[in-house]
Amino acid sequence: MIKKEMIAMLLAGGQGSRLGVLTSSIAKPAVAFGGKYRIIDFPLSNCINSGVDTVGVLTQYQPLRLNTHIGIGIPWDLDRNIGGVSILPPYEKSTNAEWYTGTANAIYQNLKYMEYYNPEYVLILGGDHIYKMDYEVMLDFHKSNKADITIATLPVPMEEASRFGVVITDENKRILEFEEKPPKPRSNLASMGIYIFTWKVLRQALIDLSEQPGCDFGKHIIPYCHGNGNRVFAYEYNGYWKDVGTLQSYWESNMELIDIVPEFNLYEEFWKIYTKSDVIPPQYIAEDAVIERCIIGEGTEIYGKVYNSVIGAGVTIGKGAVVRDSIIMKNTEIGENTTVNKAIIAENCVIGFECELGVGEEAPNVKFPKIYTDGLVTIGEDSVVPNNVKIGKNTAISGGTTLDDYPSGILKSGESIIKAGDLK
Amino acid sequence: MRAIGIILAGGNSSRMRELSNKRAIAAMPVAGSYRGIDFVLSNMSNSHIQKVAVLTQYNSRSLNEHLSSSKWWDFGRKQGGLYVFNPTITADNGFWYRGTADAIAQNLTFLRNSHEPYVVIASGDGVYKLDYNKLLEYHIEKKADITIVTKTMESDEDCTRFGVVQTDEDGRITRFQEKPLVVASNLISTGVYVIRRRQLIEMIEKALEEDRTDFVKDVLVRYIDLKRIYSYEMTDYWSNIASVESYYKTNMDFLRKDIRDYFFKQYPDVYSKIDDLPPAKYNPGAVVKNSLVSSGCIINGVVENSVLFKEVYVGNNCTIKNSIILNDVHIGDNTYIENCIVESRDTIRANTTHIGENGEIKIVVEKNERYGF
Repeated sequence: MIKKEMIAMLLAGGQGSRLGVLTSSIAKPAVAFGGKYRIIDFPLSNCINSGVDTVGVLTQYQPLRLNTHIGIGIPWDLDRNIGGVSILPPYEKSTNAEWYTGTANAIYQNLKYMEYYNPEYVLILGGDHIYKMDYEVMLDFHKSNKADITIATLPVPMEEASRFGVVITDENKRILEFEEKPPKPRSNLASMGIYIFTWKVLRQALIDLSEQPGCDFGKHIIPYCHGNGNRVFAYEYNGYWKDVGTLQSYWESNMELIDIVPEFNLYEEFWKIYTKSDVIPPQYIAEDAVIERCIIGEGTEIYGKVYNSVIGAGVTIGKGAVVRDSIIMKNTEIGENTTVNKAIIAENCVIGFECELGVGEEAPNVKFPKIYTDGLVTIGEDSVVPNNVKIGKNTAISGGTTLDDYPSGILKSGESIIKAGDLK
Repeated sequence: MRAIGIILAGGNSSRMRELSNKRAIAAMPVAGSYRGIDFVLSNMSNSHIQKVAVLTQYNSRSLNEHLSSSKWWDFGRKQGGLYVFNPTITADNGFWYRGTADAIAQNLTFLRNSHEPYVVIASGDGVYKLDYNKLLEYHIEKKADITIVTKTMESDEDCTRFGVVQTDEDGRITRFQEKPLVVASNLISTGVYVIRRRQLIEMIEKALEEDRTDFVKDVLVRYIDLKRIYSYEMTDYWSNIASVESYYKTNMDFLRKDIRDYFFKQYPDVYSKIDDLPPAKYNPGAVVKNSLVSSGCIINGVVENSVLFKEVYVGNNCTIKNSIILNDVHIGDNTYIENCIVESRDTIRANTTHIGENGEIKIVVEKNERYGF
């Protein structure tokens, strides 16, 4: 009989709407990160590095990129005879057909998948954080406490604790109380959205709460188990952990990679991060190119100047172009003599000649003031920007734009042109 | 495709100097991210040859390591696959491969047990792209017994290290000089052949009986008037890396845009083993001009007209000019390197100078300990 000690369930169905046009046609876990990776590579690599070789990836929103990226799991050594990676989309049943309505509901709908592997423990992961973590150490903690649920937590500065869900524990790290975004926090241990459940406890809770609309781990399952007197513990994690849920935090955590010795070091021999790399050639740096404080992916050709930036694979930066403080993803072209300031440009974009991106006075975005902030220019994948245009700050572009979309050749700060993807 | 592939990757050449001390030529790193054998393996895969045998003997550890999985070239299939044949002692043979024909002779079972009508034989040290289907079409059209892929070399190139051929107007080879002292033409054999499988078995069996061991000297040359041996001339880029000078030049060729576009951007791709290295990192102090940089590199100094292979660390205030730095080299601060090939996994001490003088390429092999960093 098949028996796995611990299997992982990776929730990768979210849209991540706060990433704006970056997720207009792909799910958040599929968004490129750090010049070569996608966000989901971090939890997947953590799984295999921790010895977890059975991972169910729950997808729902725009899964195509995610599906082709994961395939049968070869890059992560997750192509296994027994176990390995399985993609679990919502499916039609004889009685009903419903979407995944909440995090726990998605797991509930895949009860059979988990039963098949007959696990002792189930690890619940999200697909939207950048970190390296040994889940086996967390499992040891879970076992030594004879816990029913262990929640990974991160100590945050007390003044920021009110932005998180925090847990209050006794001296043995057993959780006494939960507080969601408390105005006056009594603890600084923030939940990271990573849980280890003893399988029997999880299974029973999912069945008991199966009628709960939008059943969610944080809101329903964990309070329910805690109320039932289950042993819930807080595992304290002290390493780099970054939520990349907003454009600002996404941009920041990319920029942190270019520090001389980055806090999050991708160059360590142990705990490698794996990804599907389909670009193999080396990068070419031309005679007139200038590069300062950058990381640059495979096959990229640089003829211009690049400062403080994260450049993906297969990118071309034309002669005379100047790129500063920006993230440029795979296979995008920046035309000659174009300047790019503080921009996030997604995959397969074409930016014309003699453009200026990220110029002018800052103004809040008119339609989406909470998404496009901090002066960033955000351009979604497969977009086209014509030659000779100026683009202001806090702007968003998605789709093939032409000169007609830019009144007198300018997209003012705070404006958006959304021509492709789900309108939001 | 109706052919199987045989890659002759056993060789060593004194022309490689110290570079062949630790690996077969086919395992030489090329163009930053590849190994010599990747080009022929990718060509075979892209030509839909599904069954490929690599015959290897000399210093084959690093080649075997590179070929440890066939999936990178898409050979991990139920039909066919990638076979690596090292010499083995059997009931009726106790020799190493005594030559290319002997290497094939010792693996005749592989040929006998295959059912594909043709065999493409190629060496593991050529850098080129070729659709072997086109070669086979030509071979059939000419009703040839053997077709040799040839290339016209530049007039200033030294052809004496190659097989030199002369043809009649139909393309039939009338003369074949193997590594001659004086060349009769500048049309050379690239070491890629197509031949009917049964014909090959017959010729190899004959050679075996007569104790002849070299495929070129003992088979091709001797059959030149008896069999229809044709030349299929390649016009695209082809280069052989089996000497230090040509190895250096081949790598430097990739600094040209047309060559990069041809190999890196034009379909089909060249495949290689994936190493899971992070992107290259440019720290303050990095000045890079006209160079290739591979993944996993960390650069703090000046790099000009050079090729950095994977995981090269360039220290502060270093200058690297016109050089090739192979995989996983650590270069200490204030080092000056010009006209050199630095051997892989090396550690270059800080404050040292290495210059290849008088137009000669210096091969730097230092076996320094690398201290924790």
